[in-house]
Amino acid sequence: MSTTFTSDELQSITALKAKYPDPKAAIMPVMWMAQKKWGWLSEDVMQEVARVMDLPYAHVLGVASFYTMYFKKPMGKHHVQVCTNVSCMLRGGEALYAHAKQRLGIGHNQATPDGKFSLEEVECMGACGGAPMIAINETFHENATKEQLDALIDSY
Amino acid sequence: MYAAPNIVLPIIQDIHKVDVYESHGGYKAYRKALTMTPDQVTDEVKRSGLRGRGGACFPTGLKWSFMPKGNEKPKYLAINGDESEPGSFKDRQIFEQNPHQLIEGILIAGYAMGISKAFIYIRGEYHKWVECMQTAVDEAYAKGFLGDRMKQTFGSDYALDIVVHKGAGAYICGEETSLMNSLEGDRAYPRFKPPFPANKGLWGMPTTINNVETIATVPAILAMGAEAYAAIGAPGHSGTILYGVSGHVVKPGVYELPTGTLLTDIIHNVCGGVPGGKKVKAVIPGGSSMPPLRGDELEGIRMDEESLKKIGTHIGTAGIMVMDEDTDIVAVTLRIARFYHHESCGQCTPCREGCGWMEKVLHRLHHGEATSSDIDLLYNVASNIEGNTICALGDAAAWPVKGFIEKFRDEFEARCIPSRSVVSLNVVHGRRNTASTLVKTMQ
Ligand SMILES: Cc1cc2nc3c(=O)[nH]c(=O)nc-3n(C[C@H](O)[C@H](O)[C@H](O)COP(=O)(O)O)c2cc1C
Ligand code: SF4
Ligand code: FES
Repeated sequence: MSTTFTSDELQSITALKAKYPDPKAAIMPVMWMAQKKWGWLSEDVMQEVARVMDLPYAHVLGVASFYTMYFKKPMGKHHVQVCTNVSCMLRGGEALYAHAKQRLGIGHNQATPDGKFSLEEVECMGACGGAPMIAINETFHENATKEQLDALIDSY
Repeated sequence: MYAAPNIVLPIIQDIHKVDVYESHGGYKAYRKALTMTPDQVTDEVKRSGLRGRGGACFPTGLKWSFMPKGNEKPKYLAINGDESEPGSFKDRQIFEQNPHQLIEGILIAGYAMGISKAFIYIRGEYHKWVECMQTAVDEAYAKGFLGDRMKQTFGSDYALDIVVHKGAGAYICGEETSLMNSLEGDRAYPRFKPPFPANKGLWGMPTTINNVETIATVPAILAMGAEAYAAIGAPGHSGTILYGVSGHVVKPGVYELPTGTLLTDIIHNVCGGVPGGKKVKAVIPGGSSMPPLRGDELEGIRMDEESLKKIGTHIGTAGIMVMDEDTDIVAVTLRIARFYHHESCGQCTPCREGCGWMEKVLHRLHHGEATSSDIDLLYNVASNIEGNTICALGDAAAWPVKGFIEKFRDEFEARCIPSRSVVSLNVVHGRRNTASTLVKTMQ
């Protein structure tokens, strides 16, 4: 798989850049696009982002590494996130995270060998009213239980 | 549409859709604003007593009045929807339930300050809510409520564009100058102030940063008039607030209520009390960075900034975290310290090193490996962060630690080793030397 954006994607990128007074501001949306397409931001992907953004690679790397949600290594197809911050902790978030670790056999920011799952202990996700919460990829599951987590994992 | 207390989140089915919003009087407040001069609009917001809902309670009208007049330079509005302070989950409700009121608020704010471009910065984890907001913005464009076509729709020569921008997981981006760097496409380090954003903000241009809820309140103020709005809630901090209640209550959630509502009312009546009828041990009144209250001091406490300031804490984001009698206070303090350590951007030594030390000392306390003097050390480290940093994350990290020690010293003491064995003396002593050296270098 070659690490280049298609011409359609390049068009979207041009449109993104035009939304901001300075095209550099499109770096975050472009990195989101890149991560959606390639799953994570490998060196090749970041080189491609640097190329289309007309920015030094070091800048792209610097920005990518500032944020936890841009993956700097391959993650699982189903990225399981468990919040253990205070509101979730008060309602069993830590036990839920311990269960997820045990069930998936992996730790924080690790992926299963088959690449199916990865796990992340996350900070507050802004779902404290539905604590404890987990998220799988982009979907939140609030008032989560171990049984629900198991059922979700089984369903993939 | 605006019947207190449901001003920001009216209970109207499908109000998130543009047609429903419009049929209930939506976009009328903006039309009303257009009959006024920009300065009159700002003045209206000033007189309403609206204060920012992003945590610092800054008077909104006053903030707007700092923006330079005239249109020689572009000016920007950044809407802060980073919402990453633990215990805060209320802006999300606006994205989902009432996004058009935020858009209308942006139009009014933009008109008042002569701004033609606004950015809504939403935390990356809010994938679904970024979509909710983007859908609403698209609808507004399609209706001719945004962009060049709005001139025709509203019969004025004012136009504004909105860009929804998605973050990528960094609490610090909620700090306004960090948000600007993030938006510009740089590493999101907070900037020194001054210059203040109203003079030199996004791309070096005059910029106003307001919280989502702040701006979503503005249409209601225009619609009902400043005086009517100012009459709601507590004097000095008027209006309604979205209280996000979490932790040990029967019905956690976001509740819109007047400022100055009794905290005990919120916990026991609105949220159904503590599960199992247990006692409240502690309450954080406004998101994890605010100093906590003891369960036995809640009687009579009103939830507005002026009342809370008098008792040494703040309303912050109005994220109320309730902890029952079985809560391990040391564990909670450790978890909070760990969060701020993780989120420190590392620019300032007191914050970077201090947050690390607080976490370490708390870790030892939590695991019963510390002595009573370590509590003082911890308090000292926190005091040395406070006020010595570029941005307020340092304070945000220090306040809860100091607050928990002040209010629950007994719980910390109970975790300490009563007397040291020779071996642990050496270990602890060795570590403490390093810590006090650090404290000294920070002074
Ligand atoms: C570390 C830190 C994090 C912050 N996070 C947020 C946030 O997520 N949302 C927000 O609106 N304000 C946040 N703020 C406050 C903003 O800097 C700013 O004061 C606010 O957005 C201004 O809006 P307002 O006047 O409408 O309240 C944060 C401040 C600090 C120091
Ligand atoms: S106080 Fe902390 S988060 Fe803020 S600029 Fe300094 S190091 Fe960064
Ligand atoms: S503490 Fe878990 S979502 Fe806020």
